[in-house]
Amino acid sequence: MYDKIFPPKKMVLPSGKVVLEKRSRTPLILLILIAATVLSVNFTGFSLPLLFTRIDKFFSLIGDMIPPKWSYMSALWNALFATLQMSLLGSVVGAVLAVPFAVLASSNIIRNKTVVAVFKIILSLLRTLPTLVTALIATFIFGLGPMAGVVAILLFTLSYVGKLLYEQIENAEMGSFEAMEAAGMTRVQAFRYAIMPQVFPGYLSTSLFCFEGNVRYAAILGYVGAGGVGLLINENLGWRDYPRVGMIILALIVTVYLIEAVSEHFRKRLI
Amino acid sequence: MTEVEKQLHASPRNYRYIAVVTLLVLVLFGWSLLVVNFRDVNAGGFKIALNILKGIVTPDPDLLFNVTKQSVLYLLAETVAIAFLGTIVGAVLSVPLAFLAASNLVPKPVSWLTRLLLIVIRTIPALVYGLIFIRVSGLGPFAGVLTIGLTSIGMLAKLYVDAIEELDTKVLESMTSIGCTTFEKIRYGIFPQLLSIFLSVTIYRFDMNMREASILGLVGAGGIGAPLIFAMNSYKWHQVGSLLIGLVVLILIIELISNKLRAKLVKG
Repeated sequence: MYDKIFPPKKMVLPSGKVVLEKRSRTPLILLILIAATVLSVNFTGFSLPLLFTRIDKFFSLIGDMIPPKWSYMSALWNALFATLQMSLLGSVVGAVLAVPFAVLASSNIIRNKTVVAVFKIILSLLRTLPTLVTALIATFIFGLGPMAGVVAILLFTLSYVGKLLYEQIENAEMGSFEAMEAAGMTRVQAFRYAIMPQVFPGYLSTSLFCFEGNVRYAAILGYVGAGGVGLLINENLGWRDYPRVGMIILALIVTVYLIEAVSEHFRKRLI
Repeated sequence: MTEVEKQLHASPRNYRYIAVVTLLVLVLFGWSLLVVNFRDVNAGGFKIALNILKGIVTPDPDLLFNVTKQSVLYLLAETVAIAFLGTIVGAVLSVPLAFLAASNLVPKPVSWLTRLLLIVIRTIPALVYGLIFIRVSGLGPFAGVLTIGLTSIGMLAKLYVDAIEELDTKVLESMTSIGCTTFEKIRYGIFPQLLSIFLSVTIYRFDMNMREASILGLVGAGGIGAPLIFAMNSYKWHQVGSLLIGLVVLILIIELISNKLRAKLVKG
Protein backbone atom coordinates (compact mmCIF):
# COMPACT_ATOMS: atom_id res chain seq x y z
CA MET A 1 0.00 0.00 0.00
CA TYR A 2 2.66 2.45 1.14
CA ASP A 3 4.89 1.42 -1.73
CA LYS A 4 2.15 2.22 -4.25
CA ILE A 5 1.72 5.82 -3.04
CA PHE A 6 5.45 6.45 -2.79
CA PRO A 7 6.97 4.28 -5.55
CA PRO A 8 10.35 2.75 -4.70
CA LYS A 9 13.43 4.50 -5.97
CA LYS A 10 14.90 2.84 -9.06
CA MET A 11 18.65 2.40 -9.35
CA VAL A 12 20.44 1.04 -12.39
CA LEU A 13 23.57 -0.86 -11.53
CA PRO A 14 26.63 -0.68 -13.84
CA SER A 15 25.73 -4.19 -15.03
CA GLY A 16 22.42 -2.86 -16.31
CA LYS A 17 20.37 -4.58 -13.60
CA VAL A 18 17.57 -2.49 -12.05
CA VAL A 19 17.31 -2.49 -8.24
CA LEU A 20 14.38 -1.06 -6.31
CA GLU A 21 15.01 0.76 -3.02
CA LYS A 22 11.89 0.98 -0.87
CA ARG A 23 11.13 4.44 0.48
CA SER A 24 11.78 4.91 4.18
CA ARG A 25 8.74 4.60 6.40
CA THR A 26 10.22 6.82 9.09
CA PRO A 27 8.37 10.02 8.01
CA LEU A 28 5.03 8.21 8.16
CA ILE A 29 5.75 6.75 11.60
CA LEU A 30 6.93 10.13 12.87
CA LEU A 31 3.79 11.78 11.51
CA ILE A 32 1.57 9.24 13.28
CA LEU A 33 3.51 9.66 16.53
CA ILE A 34 3.27 13.45 16.38
CA ALA A 35 -0.45 13.31 15.63
CA ALA A 36 -1.00 10.90 18.53
CA THR A 37 0.99 13.14 20.85
CA VAL A 38 -0.98 16.25 19.89
CA LEU A 39 -4.25 14.38 20.34
CA SER A 40 -3.17 13.08 23.75
CA VAL A 41 -2.05 16.54 24.84
CA ASN A 42 -5.51 17.83 24.02
CA PHE A 43 -7.18 14.93 25.76
CA THR A 44 -5.25 15.16 29.00
CA GLY A 45 -4.81 18.93 29.30
CA PHE A 46 -1.03 18.53 29.43
CA SER A 47 0.60 21.92 29.79
CA LEU A 48 4.30 22.53 30.23
CA PRO A 49 3.91 26.08 31.64
CA LEU A 50 1.69 24.76 34.41
CA LEU A 51 4.20 22.01 35.07
CA PHE A 52 7.11 24.42 35.31
CA THR A 53 5.31 26.86 37.58
CA ARG A 54 4.02 24.17 39.93
CA ILE A 55 6.78 21.54 39.89
CA ASP A 56 8.47 23.15 42.91
CA LYS A 57 5.40 22.02 44.86
CA PHE A 58 6.40 18.43 44.06
CA PHE A 59 9.91 18.94 45.38
CA SER A 60 8.70 20.79 48.46
CA LEU A 61 6.36 17.86 49.20
CA ILE A 62 9.27 15.46 48.82
CA GLY A 63 11.30 17.83 50.99
CA ASP A 64 8.63 17.64 53.69
CA MET A 65 9.13 13.87 53.79
CA ILE A 66 12.79 14.34 54.69
CA PRO A 67 13.77 13.69 57.38
CA PRO A 68 11.29 10.86 57.95
CA LYS A 69 9.70 10.47 61.36
CA TRP A 70 11.77 7.60 62.75
CA SER A 71 9.57 6.99 65.78
CA TYR A 72 6.72 6.02 63.45
CA MET A 73 8.59 2.86 62.46
CA SER A 74 7.38 1.02 65.57
CA ALA A 75 3.78 1.41 64.39
CA LEU A 76 4.75 0.27 60.94
CA TRP A 77 6.03 -3.27 61.53
CA ASN A 78 2.60 -4.89 61.60
CA ALA A 79 1.50 -3.39 58.30
CA LEU A 80 4.85 -4.11 56.70
CA PHE A 81 4.72 -7.75 57.79
CA ALA A 82 1.13 -8.05 56.60
CA THR A 83 2.26 -6.75 53.21
CA LEU A 84 5.05 -9.32 53.05
CA GLN A 85 2.81 -12.15 54.20
CA MET A 86 0.18 -11.22 51.63
CA SER A 87 2.63 -11.17 48.78
CA LEU A 88 4.45 -14.34 49.84
CA LEU A 89 1.29 -16.38 50.33
CA GLY A 90 -0.31 -15.09 47.14
CA SER A 91 2.85 -15.67 45.12
CA VAL A 92 3.49 -19.21 46.37
CA VAL A 93 -0.08 -20.43 45.98
CA GLY A 94 -0.49 -18.61 42.67
CA ALA A 95 2.73 -20.01 41.27
CA VAL A 96 1.78 -23.57 42.30
CA LEU A 97 -1.70 -23.22 40.80
CA ALA A 98 -0.14 -21.84 37.63
CA VAL A 99 1.42 -25.23 36.83
CA PRO A 100 -1.77 -27.16 35.98
CA PHE A 101 -3.16 -24.11 34.16
CA ALA A 102 0.00 -23.74 32.10
CA VAL A 103 0.11 -27.45 31.24
CA LEU A 104 -3.52 -27.37 30.15
CA ALA A 105 -2.81 -24.29 28.01
CA SER A 106 0.18 -25.80 26.17
CA SER A 107 -0.74 -26.89 22.67
CA ASN A 108 2.11 -29.42 22.44
CA ILE A 109 1.05 -31.37 25.54
CA ILE A 110 -2.74 -31.23 25.34
CA ARG A 111 -4.11 -32.44 22.02
CA ASN A 112 -7.64 -31.08 22.55
CA LYS A 113 -7.66 -27.66 20.88
CA THR A 114 -10.74 -26.42 22.76
CA VAL A 115 -9.19 -27.07 26.19
CA VAL A 116 -6.01 -25.25 25.18
CA ALA A 117 -7.93 -22.27 23.82
CA VAL A 118 -10.16 -22.04 26.90
CA PHE A 119 -7.23 -22.05 29.33
CA LYS A 120 -5.28 -19.55 27.25
CA ILE A 121 -8.28 -17.22 27.27
CA ILE A 122 -8.73 -17.63 31.05
CA LEU A 123 -5.08 -16.76 31.64
CA SER A 124 -5.10 -13.68 29.43
CA LEU A 125 -8.40 -12.40 30.86
CA LEU A 126 -7.05 -12.75 34.40
CA ARG A 127 -3.90 -10.94 33.38
CA THR A 128 -5.68 -7.92 31.96
CA LEU A 129 -7.81 -7.34 35.07
CA PRO A 130 -6.02 -4.66 37.11
CA THR A 131 -4.89 -6.05 40.49
CA LEU A 132 -6.64 -3.26 42.37
CA VAL A 133 -9.95 -4.16 40.76
CA THR A 134 -9.60 -7.83 41.70
CA ALA A 135 -8.61 -6.74 45.20
CA LEU A 136 -11.69 -4.55 45.50
CA ILE A 137 -13.97 -7.38 44.33
CA ALA A 138 -12.19 -9.68 46.80
CA THR A 139 -12.91 -7.30 49.67
CA PHE A 140 -16.61 -7.66 48.93
CA ILE A 141 -16.33 -11.42 49.25
CA PHE A 142 -13.62 -11.95 51.87
CA GLY A 143 -14.17 -8.81 53.90
CA LEU A 144 -11.67 -6.02 54.50
CA GLY A 145 -8.18 -7.15 55.40
CA PRO A 146 -5.14 -8.94 54.03
CA MET A 147 -7.13 -11.97 52.86
CA ALA A 148 -8.55 -9.96 49.96
CA GLY A 149 -5.05 -8.86 49.06
CA VAL A 150 -3.87 -12.47 49.06
CA VAL A 151 -6.63 -13.42 46.62
CA ALA A 152 -5.83 -10.53 44.27
CA ILE A 153 -2.11 -11.31 44.28
CA LEU A 154 -2.81 -15.01 43.85
CA LEU A 155 -4.89 -14.41 40.73
CA PHE A 156 -2.33 -12.06 39.22
CA THR A 157 0.56 -14.47 39.92
CA LEU A 158 -1.45 -17.35 38.47
CA SER A 159 -2.01 -15.50 35.22
CA TYR A 160 1.51 -14.09 34.92
CA VAL A 161 3.48 -17.21 35.82
CA GLY A 162 0.97 -19.34 33.94
CA LYS A 163 1.47 -17.41 30.72
CA LEU A 164 5.26 -17.44 30.85
CA LEU A 165 5.26 -21.13 31.82
CA TYR A 166 3.07 -22.26 28.93
CA GLU A 167 5.22 -20.29 26.53
CA GLN A 168 8.26 -22.11 27.90
CA ILE A 169 6.55 -25.49 27.66
CA GLU A 170 5.51 -24.80 24.07
CA ASN A 171 9.07 -23.79 23.18
CA ALA A 172 10.60 -26.78 24.94
CA GLU A 173 12.53 -29.26 22.84
CA MET A 174 10.10 -32.11 22.12
CA GLY A 175 12.58 -34.71 20.81
CA SER A 176 13.22 -36.40 24.14
CA PHE A 177 9.50 -36.30 24.98
CA GLU A 178 8.69 -38.19 21.78
CA ALA A 179 11.55 -40.62 22.34
CA MET A 180 10.31 -41.43 25.86
CA GLU A 181 6.77 -41.89 24.63
CA ALA A 182 8.05 -44.18 21.90
CA ALA A 183 9.98 -46.17 24.49
CA GLY A 184 6.72 -46.89 26.26
CA MET A 185 6.41 -44.21 28.96
CA THR A 186 3.06 -42.63 29.62
CA ARG A 187 2.61 -38.99 28.63
CA VAL A 188 2.73 -37.95 32.29
CA GLN A 189 6.04 -39.75 32.84
CA ALA A 190 7.45 -38.34 29.63
CA PHE A 191 6.39 -34.85 30.75
CA ARG A 192 8.05 -35.36 34.12
CA TYR A 193 11.40 -36.49 32.69
CA ALA A 194 11.58 -34.65 29.36
CA ILE A 195 9.81 -31.30 29.78
CA MET A 196 10.10 -30.62 33.54
CA PRO A 197 13.91 -30.42 33.63
CA GLN A 198 13.79 -27.98 30.72
CA VAL A 199 11.26 -25.56 32.15
CA PHE A 200 11.79 -25.88 35.92
CA PRO A 201 14.62 -23.35 36.40
CA GLY A 202 12.77 -20.85 34.23
CA TYR A 203 9.58 -21.43 36.20
CA LEU A 204 11.28 -20.81 39.56
CA SER A 205 12.97 -17.72 38.18
CA THR A 206 9.71 -16.24 36.87
CA SER A 207 7.97 -16.99 40.15
CA LEU A 208 10.68 -15.19 42.09
CA PHE A 209 10.51 -12.24 39.71
CA CYS A 210 6.75 -12.14 40.12
CA PHE A 211 7.13 -12.22 43.90
CA GLU A 212 9.39 -9.15 43.72
CA GLY A 213 6.75 -7.27 41.77
CA ASN A 214 4.01 -8.50 44.09
CA VAL A 215 5.65 -6.93 47.12
CA ARG A 216 5.39 -3.62 45.32
CA TYR A 217 1.76 -4.29 44.36
CA ALA A 218 0.86 -5.44 47.85
CA ALA A 219 2.05 -2.09 49.13
CA ILE A 220 -0.77 -0.29 47.33
CA LEU A 221 -3.56 -2.83 47.80
CA GLY A 222 -4.32 -1.31 51.20
CA TYR A 223 -5.77 1.59 49.26
CA VAL A 224 -8.93 -0.41 48.59
CA GLY A 225 -8.94 -1.87 52.09
CA ALA A 226 -7.01 -5.05 51.35
CA GLY A 227 -4.51 -4.68 54.21
CA GLY A 228 -0.84 -3.77 54.28
CA VAL A 229 0.93 -0.42 54.25
CA GLY A 230 -1.19 1.08 51.45
CA LEU A 231 -3.87 2.09 53.91
CA LEU A 232 -1.33 3.91 56.11
CA ILE A 233 0.13 5.78 53.11
CA ASN A 234 -3.32 6.94 52.11
CA GLU A 235 -4.28 7.99 55.65
CA ASN A 236 -1.10 9.92 56.32
CA LEU A 237 -1.17 11.66 52.95
CA GLY A 238 -4.74 12.64 53.72
CA TRP A 239 -3.64 14.12 57.05
CA ARG A 240 -0.70 15.78 55.29
CA ASP A 241 1.65 14.13 57.76
CA TYR A 242 4.50 13.97 55.27
CA PRO A 243 7.33 12.92 57.61
CA ARG A 244 5.32 9.79 58.40
CA VAL A 245 4.73 9.14 54.69
CA GLY A 246 8.47 9.54 54.22
CA MET A 247 9.08 6.90 56.88
CA ILE A 248 6.66 4.47 55.23
CA ILE A 249 8.24 4.99 51.82
CA LEU A 250 11.74 4.59 53.23
CA ALA A 251 10.73 1.33 54.94
CA LEU A 252 9.19 0.15 51.67
CA ILE A 253 12.26 1.02 49.65
CA VAL A 254 14.53 -0.87 52.03
CA THR A 255 12.24 -3.91 52.08
CA VAL A 256 11.82 -4.03 48.32
CA TYR A 257 15.54 -3.53 47.81
CA LEU A 258 16.38 -6.41 50.18
CA ILE A 259 13.89 -8.72 48.52
CA GLU A 260 15.18 -7.79 45.08
CA ALA A 261 18.74 -8.49 46.14
CA VAL A 262 17.84 -11.92 47.57
CA SER A 263 15.71 -12.85 44.60
CA GLU A 264 18.34 -11.69 42.12
CA HIS A 265 20.92 -13.84 43.90
CA PHE A 266 18.77 -16.93 43.52
CA ARG A 267 17.72 -16.14 39.96
CA LYS A 268 21.35 -15.84 38.91
CA ARG A 269 22.06 -19.25 40.41
CA LEU A 270 19.09 -20.76 38.60
CA ILE A 271 20.12 -19.69 35.13
CA MET B 1 27.10 -50.57 37.46
CA THR B 2 27.19 -49.52 33.86
CA GLU B 3 29.13 -46.60 32.46
CA VAL B 4 25.96 -44.51 32.19
CA GLU B 5 24.96 -45.11 35.81
CA LYS B 6 28.45 -44.20 37.00
CA GLN B 7 28.29 -40.95 35.11
CA LEU B 8 24.86 -40.25 36.61
CA HIS B 9 26.10 -40.80 40.17
CA ALA B 10 29.21 -38.76 39.52
CA SER B 11 27.22 -35.62 38.69
CA PRO B 12 27.51 -33.00 41.44
CA ARG B 13 24.57 -32.74 43.83
CA ASN B 14 23.85 -30.01 46.29
CA TYR B 15 21.05 -31.63 48.25
CA ARG B 16 21.94 -29.87 51.46
CA TYR B 17 21.75 -26.44 49.86
CA ILE B 18 18.41 -27.26 48.22
CA ALA B 19 17.09 -28.70 51.49
CA VAL B 20 18.03 -25.57 53.46
CA VAL B 21 16.44 -23.25 50.92
CA THR B 22 13.30 -25.37 50.74
CA LEU B 23 13.03 -25.43 54.53
CA LEU B 24 13.42 -21.66 54.66
CA VAL B 25 10.72 -21.14 52.06
CA LEU B 26 8.41 -23.53 53.89
CA VAL B 27 8.94 -21.72 57.21
CA LEU B 28 8.24 -18.36 55.59
CA PHE B 29 5.21 -19.84 53.86
CA GLY B 30 3.92 -21.16 57.17
CA TRP B 31 4.43 -17.73 58.71
CA SER B 32 2.48 -16.06 55.91
CA LEU B 33 -0.39 -18.53 56.39
CA LEU B 34 -1.19 -16.47 59.51
CA VAL B 35 -3.04 -13.92 57.39
CA VAL B 36 -5.52 -16.51 56.15
CA ASN B 37 -8.91 -16.17 57.68
CA PHE B 38 -12.34 -16.94 56.40
CA ARG B 39 -14.07 -15.11 59.21
CA ASP B 40 -15.92 -12.76 56.90
CA VAL B 41 -16.80 -15.34 54.29
CA ASN B 42 -20.45 -16.24 54.50
CA ALA B 43 -23.43 -16.82 52.25
CA GLY B 44 -23.65 -13.06 51.68
CA GLY B 45 -20.23 -13.06 50.10
CA PHE B 46 -21.19 -15.70 47.61
CA LYS B 47 -24.39 -13.88 46.76
CA ILE B 48 -22.33 -10.77 46.04
CA ALA B 49 -19.93 -12.84 43.95
CA LEU B 50 -22.86 -14.18 41.93
CA ASN B 51 -24.24 -10.67 41.47
CA ILE B 52 -20.86 -9.45 40.27
CA LEU B 53 -20.63 -12.26 37.74
CA LYS B 54 -24.18 -11.62 36.56
CA GLY B 55 -23.44 -7.92 36.15
CA ILE B 56 -20.25 -8.52 34.24
CA VAL B 57 -21.82 -10.91 31.74
CA THR B 58 -24.82 -8.59 31.20
CA PRO B 59 -23.10 -5.23 30.71
CA ASP B 60 -24.95 -1.96 30.38
CA PRO B 61 -25.06 -1.50 26.57
CA ASP B 62 -26.03 2.17 26.78
CA LEU B 63 -22.86 3.06 28.69
CA LEU B 64 -20.77 0.97 26.33
CA PHE B 65 -21.84 2.57 23.07
CA ASN B 66 -22.89 6.19 23.56
CA VAL B 67 -20.40 8.98 22.93
CA THR B 68 -20.78 11.42 25.82
CA LYS B 69 -18.03 12.28 28.29
CA GLN B 70 -19.13 9.55 30.68
CA SER B 71 -19.15 6.80 28.10
CA VAL B 72 -16.78 3.87 28.13
CA LEU B 73 -15.28 4.86 24.78
CA TYR B 74 -14.41 8.37 25.94
CA LEU B 75 -12.89 7.07 29.18
CA LEU B 76 -10.86 4.49 27.31
CA ALA B 77 -9.57 7.13 24.90
CA GLU B 78 -8.56 9.25 27.89
CA THR B 79 -6.80 6.28 29.48
CA VAL B 80 -4.87 5.55 26.28
CA ALA B 81 -3.93 9.23 26.00
CA ILE B 82 -2.61 9.23 29.58
CA ALA B 83 -0.61 6.06 29.01
CA PHE B 84 0.76 7.26 25.66
CA LEU B 85 1.81 10.70 26.78
CA GLY B 86 3.17 9.33 30.05
CA THR B 87 5.29 6.83 28.16
CA ILE B 88 6.69 9.57 25.95
CA VAL B 89 7.50 11.79 28.94
CA GLY B 90 9.12 8.83 30.69
CA ALA B 91 11.13 7.82 27.62
CA VAL B 92 12.42 11.35 27.05
CA LEU B 93 13.52 11.67 30.68
CA SER B 94 15.01 8.16 30.75
CA VAL B 95 17.51 8.62 27.92
CA PRO B 96 19.84 11.09 29.72
CA LEU B 97 19.47 9.16 33.00
CA ALA B 98 20.37 5.93 31.22
CA PHE B 99 23.55 7.44 29.77
CA LEU B 100 24.44 8.75 33.25
CA ALA B 101 23.96 5.28 34.73
CA ALA B 102 25.93 3.35 32.11
CA SER B 103 29.11 2.22 33.83
CA ASN B 104 31.08 2.07 30.57
CA LEU B 105 30.53 5.78 29.82
CA VAL B 106 30.67 7.75 33.08
CA PRO B 107 32.82 7.47 36.23
CA LYS B 108 31.76 4.83 38.77
CA PRO B 109 30.37 7.18 41.48
CA VAL B 110 28.11 8.96 38.97
CA SER B 111 26.69 5.74 37.58
CA TRP B 112 26.24 4.32 41.08
CA LEU B 113 24.37 7.42 42.29
CA THR B 114 22.12 7.45 39.23
CA ARG B 115 21.35 3.77 39.74
CA LEU B 116 20.41 4.43 43.37
CA LEU B 117 18.09 7.22 42.22
CA LEU B 118 16.49 4.84 39.71
CA ILE B 119 15.92 2.19 42.40
CA VAL B 120 14.24 4.77 44.63
CA ILE B 121 12.03 5.98 41.78
CA ARG B 122 11.11 2.41 40.88
CA THR B 123 10.20 1.33 44.39
CA ILE B 124 7.70 4.04 45.26
CA PRO B 125 4.25 2.77 44.24
CA ALA B 126 2.57 4.62 41.38
CA LEU B 127 -0.39 5.53 43.56
CA VAL B 128 1.87 7.50 45.89
CA TYR B 129 3.15 9.56 42.97
CA GLY B 130 -0.45 9.98 41.88
CA LEU B 131 -1.43 11.31 45.29
CA ILE B 132 1.51 13.73 45.26
CA PHE B 133 0.92 14.92 41.70
CA ILE B 134 -2.76 15.71 42.22
CA ARG B 135 -1.50 18.26 44.73
CA VAL B 136 0.78 19.68 42.03
CA SER B 137 -1.44 19.85 38.98
CA GLY B 138 -4.89 19.41 40.44
CA LEU B 139 -7.30 16.53 39.87
CA GLY B 140 -7.49 15.22 36.34
CA PRO B 141 -5.66 13.37 33.61
CA PHE B 142 -2.66 15.73 33.69
CA ALA B 143 -1.64 14.32 37.07
CA GLY B 144 -1.99 10.86 35.56
CA VAL B 145 0.41 11.71 32.74
CA LEU B 146 3.02 12.97 35.20
CA THR B 147 2.62 9.92 37.40
CA ILE B 148 2.97 7.48 34.51
CA GLY B 149 5.94 9.45 33.21
CA LEU B 150 7.76 9.27 36.52
CA THR B 151 7.02 5.60 37.21
CA SER B 152 8.10 4.63 33.70
CA ILE B 153 11.56 6.09 34.26
CA GLY B 154 12.54 3.38 36.73
CA MET B 155 12.09 0.49 34.34
CA LEU B 156 12.83 2.26 31.05
CA ALA B 157 16.15 3.70 32.22
CA LYS B 158 17.21 0.35 33.68
CA LEU B 159 16.58 -1.49 30.41
CA TYR B 160 18.14 1.33 28.35
CA VAL B 161 21.25 1.04 30.52
CA ASP B 162 21.49 -2.67 29.71
CA ALA B 163 21.32 -1.84 25.99
CA ILE B 164 23.98 0.87 26.28
CA GLU B 165 26.33 -1.37 28.25
CA GLU B 166 26.04 -4.08 25.63
CA LEU B 167 26.98 -1.74 22.77
CA ASP B 168 29.19 -3.43 20.19
CA THR B 169 32.31 -1.22 20.25
CA LYS B 170 34.01 -3.10 17.41
CA VAL B 171 31.81 -1.21 14.98
CA LEU B 172 33.10 2.08 16.36
CA GLU B 173 36.72 0.94 16.08
CA SER B 174 36.30 -0.01 12.46
CA MET B 175 34.57 3.30 11.77
CA THR B 176 37.49 5.16 13.35
CA SER B 177 39.88 3.19 11.18
CA ILE B 178 38.13 4.26 7.98
CA GLY B 179 38.14 7.88 9.16
CA CYS B 180 34.61 8.65 10.32
CA THR B 181 33.97 11.80 12.36
CA THR B 182 32.49 11.61 15.86
CA PHE B 183 29.09 12.65 14.57
CA GLU B 184 29.15 9.97 11.89
CA LYS B 185 30.17 7.40 14.48
CA ILE B 186 27.22 8.31 16.66
CA ARG B 187 24.78 8.48 13.75
CA TYR B 188 25.81 5.25 11.98
CA GLY B 189 27.59 3.30 14.73
CA ILE B 190 25.66 3.86 17.96
CA PHE B 191 22.23 5.13 16.93
CA PRO B 192 21.12 2.09 14.87
CA GLN B 193 22.24 -0.30 17.61
CA LEU B 194 20.28 1.48 20.33
CA LEU B 195 17.19 2.66 18.46
CA SER B 196 15.51 -0.70 17.92
CA ILE B 197 16.08 -1.85 21.51
CA PHE B 198 14.96 1.50 22.95
CA LEU B 199 11.82 1.45 20.82
CA SER B 200 11.03 -2.13 21.71
CA VAL B 201 11.43 -1.46 25.45
CA THR B 202 9.33 1.70 25.19
CA ILE B 203 6.51 -0.09 23.40
CA TYR B 204 6.55 -2.78 26.07
CA ARG B 205 6.36 -0.13 28.76
CA PHE B 206 3.41 1.51 26.99
CA ASP B 207 1.67 -1.83 27.21
CA MET B 208 2.30 -1.91 30.98
CA ASN B 209 1.34 1.74 31.38
CA MET B 210 -2.11 0.97 30.00
CA ARG B 211 -2.68 -1.15 33.09
CA GLU B 212 -1.23 1.49 35.40
CA ALA B 213 -3.30 4.23 33.82
CA SER B 214 -6.45 2.20 34.29
CA ILE B 215 -6.06 2.22 38.08
CA LEU B 216 -4.78 5.77 38.55
CA GLY B 217 -8.32 7.10 38.42
CA LEU B 218 -8.61 5.73 41.92
CA VAL B 219 -6.70 8.70 43.31
CA GLY B 220 -8.38 11.16 40.95
CA ALA B 221 -5.72 11.19 38.25
CA GLY B 222 -8.06 10.66 35.31
CA GLY B 223 -8.82 7.68 33.13
CA ILE B 224 -11.27 4.85 33.51
CA GLY B 225 -10.28 3.96 37.08
CA ALA B 226 -12.47 6.45 38.94
CA PRO B 227 -15.82 5.55 37.30
CA LEU B 228 -14.93 1.88 37.72
CA ILE B 229 -14.32 2.20 41.45
CA PHE B 230 -17.40 4.41 41.94
CA ALA B 231 -19.56 1.87 40.13
CA MET B 232 -18.14 -0.92 42.26
CA ASN B 233 -18.58 0.90 45.53
CA SER B 234 -22.20 1.65 44.68
CA TYR B 235 -22.80 -1.97 43.59
CA LYS B 236 -23.76 -1.05 40.01
CA TRP B 237 -22.46 -4.28 38.58
CA HIS B 238 -23.91 -3.78 35.09
CA GLN B 239 -21.87 -0.60 34.73
CA VAL B 240 -18.83 -2.36 36.16
CA GLY B 241 -19.41 -5.03 33.54
CA SER B 242 -19.37 -2.63 30.61
CA LEU B 243 -16.36 -0.71 31.94
CA LEU B 244 -14.39 -3.89 32.57
CA ILE B 245 -15.25 -5.42 29.21
CA GLY B 246 -14.14 -2.25 27.43
CA LEU B 247 -10.91 -2.15 29.42
CA VAL B 248 -10.06 -5.81 28.94
CA VAL B 249 -10.71 -5.70 25.18
CA LEU B 250 -8.63 -2.55 24.79
CA ILE B 251 -5.71 -3.93 26.81
CA LEU B 252 -5.77 -7.17 24.82
CA ILE B 253 -5.78 -5.28 21.50
CA ILE B 254 -2.89 -3.06 22.59
CA GLU B 255 -0.95 -6.08 23.81
CA LEU B 256 -1.45 -7.78 20.45
CA ILE B 257 -0.27 -4.74 18.50
CA SER B 258 2.68 -4.20 20.84
CA ASN B 259 3.78 -7.84 20.49
CA LYS B 260 3.58 -7.61 16.68
CA LEU B 261 5.56 -4.35 16.59
CA ARG B 262 8.21 -5.65 18.95
CA ALA B 263 8.63 -8.88 17.01
CA LYS B 264 9.12 -6.79 13.87
CA LEU B 265 11.66 -4.53 15.60
CA VAL B 266 13.69 -7.45 16.91
CA LYS B 267 13.75 -9.22 13.54
CA GLY B 268 14.59 -5.94 11.81
